[in-house]
Amino acid sequence: MKPAHRLTLFLLMAPAILWLGLLIILPHVEILILSFSQRVAPRVYEFGFGNYLEFFTEPLYWRTFARTAIMSIMVTVITLVLAFPIAMYIARVAQGRVKAMLLLLCLLPFWVSELVRTLGWMMLLRETGIISYLLRMTGLASQPVELLYNDGAVILGLVYGGLLFMIVPLANALESLEPSVVEAGFDLGGSRWTVLRRIVIPHAMPGIVAGSIIVFMLTVGNFATPVLLGGKNGLWFTEQIYAQFITRFNWPQGAAFGILLLLLSSAIVWAGLRLTRQSLGTTLRQA
Amino acid sequence: MSQSTDLDLVNVTKQFGTHAAVNNVTFSVARGEFFSILGPSGCGKTTLMRMIAGFENPTSGDIRIRDKSMIGVPANRRPVNMVFQSLALFPMMSVGENIAYGLTCRGVGRAEADERATRMLERVGLKGFGERRVTALSGGQRQRVAIARCLVLEPTLVLLDEPLGALDLKLREHMKIELKQLQGQFNTTFAYITHDQSEALVMSDRIAVMNQGRFEQVGSPRELYHNPATPFVASFVGETNRWQGDVASASNGAVTVRLSTGGMLHGRGGVSQGAALSFVRPEAVALAQDAAALSSLPNRFEGRVSAVLFDGAASSLLIETPGFDQPVRAVLPQAGPLAGIEVGEAVHLGWTADAMKVFAA
Ligand SMILES: Nc1ncnc2c1ncn2[C@@H]1O[C@H](COP(=O)(O)OP(=O)(O)O)[C@@H](O)[C@H]1O
Ligand SMILES: [Mg+2]
Repeated sequence: MKPAHRLTLFLLMAPAILWLGLLIILPHVEILILSFSQRVAPRVYEFGFGNYLEFFTEPLYWRTFARTAIMSIMVTVITLVLAFPIAMYIARVAQGRVKAMLLLLCLLPFWVSELVRTLGWMMLLRETGIISYLLRMTGLASQPVELLYNDGAVILGLVYGGLLFMIVPLANALESLEPSVVEAGFDLGGSRWTVLRRIVIPHAMPGIVAGSIIVFMLTVGNFATPVLLGGKNGLWFTEQIYAQFITRFNWPQGAAFGILLLLLSSAIVWAGLRLTRQSLGTTLRQA
Repeated sequence: MSQSTDLDLVNVTKQFGTHAAVNNVTFSVARGEFFSILGPSGCGKTTLMRMIAGFENPTSGDIRIRDKSMIGVPANRRPVNMVFQSLALFPMMSVGENIAYGLTCRGVGRAEADERATRMLERVGLKGFGERRVTALSGGQRQRVAIARCLVLEPTLVLLDEPLGALDLKLREHMKIELKQLQGQFNTTFAYITHDQSEALVMSDRIAVMNQGRFEQVGSPRELYHNPATPFVASFVGETNRWQGDVASASNGAVTVRLSTGGMLHGRGGVSQGAALSFVRPEAVALAQDAAALSSLPNRFEGRVSAVLFDGAASSLLIETPGFDQPVRAVLPQAGPLAGIEVGEAVHLGWTADAMKVFAA
């Protein structure tokens, strides 16, 4: 390569390198270093694994993480089940303008910030909210019903926030399925269920994997939704990180939790890929 | 309907909006027959096939397979299997799984399905290909998988929608013969659609010529070629000369046509007056160096060779002839004094009245 070319290439890649370096790698290296400094006395820190041990010895922490992980898996599965028929409709039934409209409709909630969206759900679900009011009006409930501050509300909010990120990769994957392949599935005697299980789902697998990873990672790392909709029952792992950084001012502990969140959720994604016999490579290639 | 038919269509019509893609079509296919539907692109062949397979419902009419009406029967319950234009192999499955798919859908056990798939692969000349991905096959091999996938189910009827369209010429010629052999081996009824008249002529027992949603004529390849019933069939099936003119006189099926450019032609047909279309096959045009040799023919002309279209056994000559608005096409003689004829040479040409079909225009 000529030097001029090399310079051009470098300049072209500079934004990407800066982005990766400044915004992703650098802070994480900082956090990683920070997480290994443990407090031995006020304002006195030394190198050690104490912050990590704290996670495993204090039940509140690892239980909160386990709860976060399990609920995130549930949210991912529910999102997938809900998104599949919607994506199917967008990809295979809707045509032209209707298709564009439907995708826009999915996108619309993301016009407002997550905080405002979640507050919207609070309006609906609170004791004096519309749903509670309707339940009383129709006689299904005799007194105001509090629908907020429970796991159901948290899952609802998280599924709502994740739906788009599942629908788009799914619709993408389903779109590339040739209609005649599906017809051949029926023609050779397959029932709807057989065609779905043996043809449609395997074809959509890269989209399913991509969507599930995105939704799972977004959910595990979410903060506003579990805090607002779950209240003090939310118990999301990000709240623990927040508490360490902001409330207790124990940055090294918070940093260790941050690293643990990254590692453990990555491990869950890896296990999920192994279980479904998918590889990240094929997913990225086909998604 | 008679016991020996596998497929009967009765007055089948398919309307898309106001456009009739298939218009009042009636035909029967006998057991074990190789039946082709031949027509130009867009004439409604695929629509017709999709109605038989169960992917479209006819607007009116009845489709019967072995005397059972198929109206309202879903595609996965019909004893018909289709080889799609795009083949539509399952890319997420191996070759063996593709073939076993239909069997497992029917509840055949895994082991037996695999064994039958393996045997079927052997029969179509793909022994040992069971584990391959379908994407790792050549065009001809994919073709055979698509057909084997249907045949393994022993259907009453196999539908083939232009299955050779995607192949290159050489392979297509080869697959034509192979398809015909497979059909004979398995003794299965084939309904084959194509826009390629040579495919239809070579393989079929009977051909239906379709145009704008209607059947123009149904008959054996020879019948269609030698006795076309309509001008469309005459020009669509095989090479032909086609001239437009007016009927000068007609009696008892013998018709004299006057071309606008002056030529008088004698042929046969049912037309008695008005505008007429005349058709003569290139191979029916006799050529000679002197006029005496053609003296027995009612149509005799003299012309000049304007082009030699050499294509081996299918070579032809274009002969600029006074009285005709376009050159007469004749087969290039393969032997004799005229075999070496060159552009610009004069030649005498003629044909019998029987060789010229005249239709009302
Ligand atoms: N689903 C459909 N909706 C509207 N028109 C259609 C549909 N399918 C086919 N057609 C029309 O019907 C006609 C015949 O199409 P087709 O059966 O595919 O022809 P062929 O297979 O002979 O080329 C075409 O004019 C086509 O545009
Ligand atoms: Mg077609």
